[in-house]
Amino acid sequence: MSKKAKPKPKRKASGLAFQDVLFKLQKFWSAQGCILQQPYDVEMGAGTMHPETFLRVLGPAPYRVGYVQPSRRPTDGRYGENPNRLYKHTQYQVILKPAPADIQNLFLKSLAELGIRLKDHDIRFEEDNWESPTLGAWGIGWQVLLDGLEIVQFTYFQQCGGLDLDPVSVELTYGLERITAFLQSVDSVFDIRWTDERTYGQVRLEEELQFSVYSFEKADAAAARGHFEAYEAEAAKLLKSFAGAKREEKKRFPLLAVYELCLKCSHLFNILDARGAISVTERAALIGRVRQLACRVAAGYVEQQTGQPAEVSA
Amino acid sequence: MKKRTPKIAAAEFLLEIGCEEIPAGMLARASDEFKVILEKHFSANHLLDNSVVETFGAPRRLVAACASLRLRQADVVREVTGPPKSVAFDAVGAPTRAAESFAAKQGIKLGELAIVSTPKGDYVAAKQVIKGRPAADILREILPRVIAEIPWPRSMYWTSAEGPRFIRPVRWIVALLGGRTLPFTFGEVAAGNSSSGHRFLGKGRVAVSGRKNYIARLRANFVLAEPEERRRKIEREIHALTAKRGLRPHADAALLKQVTYLNEFPTVILGDFSEEFLDLPDEILVTVMRDHQKYFAVERREGGLAPHFLAVINMDADRRGLVRAGHERVLKARFADARFFWQHDQKCRLADNLPKLAHVTYESHLGSYAAKVERMKSLAGWFAGQWFNAGNLQADVAGSIRAAELSKCDLVTGMVGEFPELQGIVGGLYAKEQGEADEVAWAVYDHYRPLGLEESIPRNLTGCTVALADKLDALVGCFAVGMIPSGSSDPFALRRAALGMVKIILERKVQVSLSASIAAAAGILESQAQKIQVSSKVQAQVLEFIAERARFVFKERHGFAYDEVSATLAASADDLVDVERRLEALKAIRKTKNFEPLATAFKRIRKIIEKAGPAEAWKLPHVREDLLVEDAEKKLHADSRRVAREAGEHKRGGRCREALLAIAGLRPAVDSFFDQVLVMAEDEALRKNRLTLLAELLSEFSTIADFSEIVTKEK
Repeated sequence: MSKKAKPKPKRKASGLAFQDVLFKLQKFWSAQGCILQQPYDVEMGAGTMHPETFLRVLGPAPYRVGYVQPSRRPTDGRYGENPNRLYKHTQYQVILKPAPADIQNLFLKSLAELGIRLKDHDIRFEEDNWESPTLGAWGIGWQVLLDGLEIVQFTYFQQCGGLDLDPVSVELTYGLERITAFLQSVDSVFDIRWTDERTYGQVRLEEELQFSVYSFEKADAAAARGHFEAYEAEAAKLLKSFAGAKREEKKRFPLLAVYELCLKCSHLFNILDARGAISVTERAALIGRVRQLACRVAAGYVEQQTGQPAEVSA
Repeated sequence: MKKRTPKIAAAEFLLEIGCEEIPAGMLARASDEFKVILEKHFSANHLLDNSVVETFGAPRRLVAACASLRLRQADVVREVTGPPKSVAFDAVGAPTRAAESFAAKQGIKLGELAIVSTPKGDYVAAKQVIKGRPAADILREILPRVIAEIPWPRSMYWTSAEGPRFIRPVRWIVALLGGRTLPFTFGEVAAGNSSSGHRFLGKGRVAVSGRKNYIARLRANFVLAEPEERRRKIEREIHALTAKRGLRPHADAALLKQVTYLNEFPTVILGDFSEEFLDLPDEILVTVMRDHQKYFAVERREGGLAPHFLAVINMDADRRGLVRAGHERVLKARFADARFFWQHDQKCRLADNLPKLAHVTYESHLGSYAAKVERMKSLAGWFAGQWFNAGNLQADVAGSIRAAELSKCDLVTGMVGEFPELQGIVGGLYAKEQGEADEVAWAVYDHYRPLGLEESIPRNLTGCTVALADKLDALVGCFAVGMIPSGSSDPFALRRAALGMVKIILERKVQVSLSASIAAAAGILESQAQKIQVSSKVQAQVLEFIAERARFVFKERHGFAYDEVSATLAASADDLVDVERRLEALKAIRKTKNFEPLATAFKRIRKIIEKAGPAEAWKLPHVREDLLVEDAEKKLHADSRRVAREAGEHKRGGRCREALLAIAGLRPAVDSFFDQVLVMAEDEALRKNRLTLLAELLSEFSTIADFSEIVTKEK
């Protein structure tokens, strides 16, 4: 077979800069009636954990929101050496509650908005039911592939915090680094242009390296375990006091703070995991402990919103 | 003369459920179920006109068509018999009150009453013609139910909890009978005549009028609705892209089916990757391509992977090469990951990972993987020793222990972290790369096998010992700490482990005592630091659990009758190879004339003994010849002594069939015993002696199979 290289596909040399991708998405979803929220200021593994998703999808009130969420996954850290793996990647998260009937088309329009010509690419919706055991949440949906590259997770939420959802929310989670790398035709996320002047690597490489070193080498597993237990204990204590509280007291009860303690536990779990300090079975048990906190917060939140205890499904 | 059904007009039926992308793996099955459900409803409503329903699907649609569905149900004549003619009409033939009230009850006029002749005389009857309903009316009612009835592994709701459920949101419905729309709604979707083309290449609304027109209109809008057409297109294009380049696809029927159902308009493109990645093992390259990207790997005609892949895209063409470039880039990144792990992992030797396993918990009570590996080493060595001693199979004890030692070392490698489905395989590849003996490397490679009944068992005996040790340790350990599978909960896949053991034992003809193996595993576990006790009750539970899987395999896979399996396992489930030999013998003699009557007699014996109460109350140490009075009982005793000797010799010689035939020969003696001897005799001594005789008979002759488990056609 001939060794001659196939002609290199012609592609615009530029493509949107990283922050322009974000601008475009913000503008697009703002026009769809989304509140533009800010990233949450507690470490988390995914945009779903942001209270703007985790809590807002509960209960009956309609809601539309979009926000960017830097998402930390310590086990995915690669010291900045892997072109596609990041300790912290950037998600753009959209929640539409209830899910509109033309949501797939709406979503595809957002891709077109980024300069992706839909007819020139192999775009597909491949089964991928999303599940977050730590949040007691799951949904039905797809990963959206663009020429074989996963760029978005598309989920119809069915349950969150162990509660059946009614109405159903749709969640779109864009992987901004991947989309930008695609648009700019670069092989490494570190090479993508954040702005016209600076690359992603210039902005973030140091952070990737240091947090990889911390997660894999330096984090004190015993200390992390201790922190986990301390946060869990405080959360459990507060939840117990919520359960026994009078109606008026319940209304002002700081469940949002309890949820932050639960997020802390989740992140500490991820650090322990990256340190290789968790086994397969212990893993299930620890996840179960975080989930229990999350589910109790969710039930309490619904009770605060509606004045009625939440119906917990099996 | 048979009345001919009047010709009723029929018309073509077409139903399309338009949906957001249905998971590829579910479409074929759903389409089959869809057909069954429609045919069930159509025939229940007498709408099928000697025609069949055809169903098919593509990612965004599930389609049913029927060439000829009746437009109207046939009228049905219903006849209700009333009072006798003599009661309904008086002497002069005038209707009585009885006739009047019957007519009124049936809702017909007096003059419409008919007379029917029956063997009991003439009766008044009312004949009513029930008008058949128009098919359109019936279909409007049943189609929403039909759609809701299609079973899915995991359905969803997309509006509200009370809203419709389906595999993905239903967005449009085409429902036509004879070209006319059948008006009904499913959730918020109203049925109509408008389908939808390819998501990007076709029109959003495509009006259709019937099956043929539907297929053609969709094709014009870049949807090949029929899977067969899509599959042919894929195969044709794969051939066109590979053949002239001296290449061929890495055959993969499951992948072909998957991509057939993953695309509405499949087009195959050939992409390249850098030759340097060919240094990686084929297993890894193929797994990355198939499992992660759904690409076909490509081989050179003379063998070996070529630096190409075949991607099936949901487009008509890749005119600007953008799609190929995109897929190539994604694959390059995946391969780069794999290569990084391949090199990084091997900076240390596989065995150097052993200390790390101490930090990976296997199960909180059962300790770390390091502890598990220690147990597996002992148990694999024990298994190998058993076979070595048995002589017929020669397992290598040292090799088995070494393979067990290395078996879990890949769990802490980056490669398995990235590609968990390659666990075992990666360890095997590293072992080979690092100069372990072939036998050991393959044993590590194979030791998770078989993962299902379709999968092959480890290729060498060393692999079998390690696989058995791994599985049995999981079973005994989990049962000992109370993690026993119940219902659908089986987090440690213990059913699969037990099935795997059964498959290995039967296919390799491993003659090993399960109870001794379980005891060995239990002893090893008990000797470890966790100090876990495995009671004899738990050991019996494990044996029973494995026997249950064996029961399944014998019945479902080897095709033995369930009662033969029960009879054989009831005799003993300890040595599965022996069980299979006994089963074959039992099956062979099942048809002989003495067998079933003897089985019936054994059932009777068992009933008598059960009725007689606890054995302590009547059982003598042995049958006393001086208490045998009737000829028939003397003969039965003498015959059973003789047959026991014969059967015993046959059994020891492995001739189960001959042994069973000898036992079956007892039938005349047993029959005449029951004809002539009263077991429950008045005389206590005689009674106890006779019960003892029967009890000995039962236990003596139930070692091959428990005949009382055999289902007989009793007269």
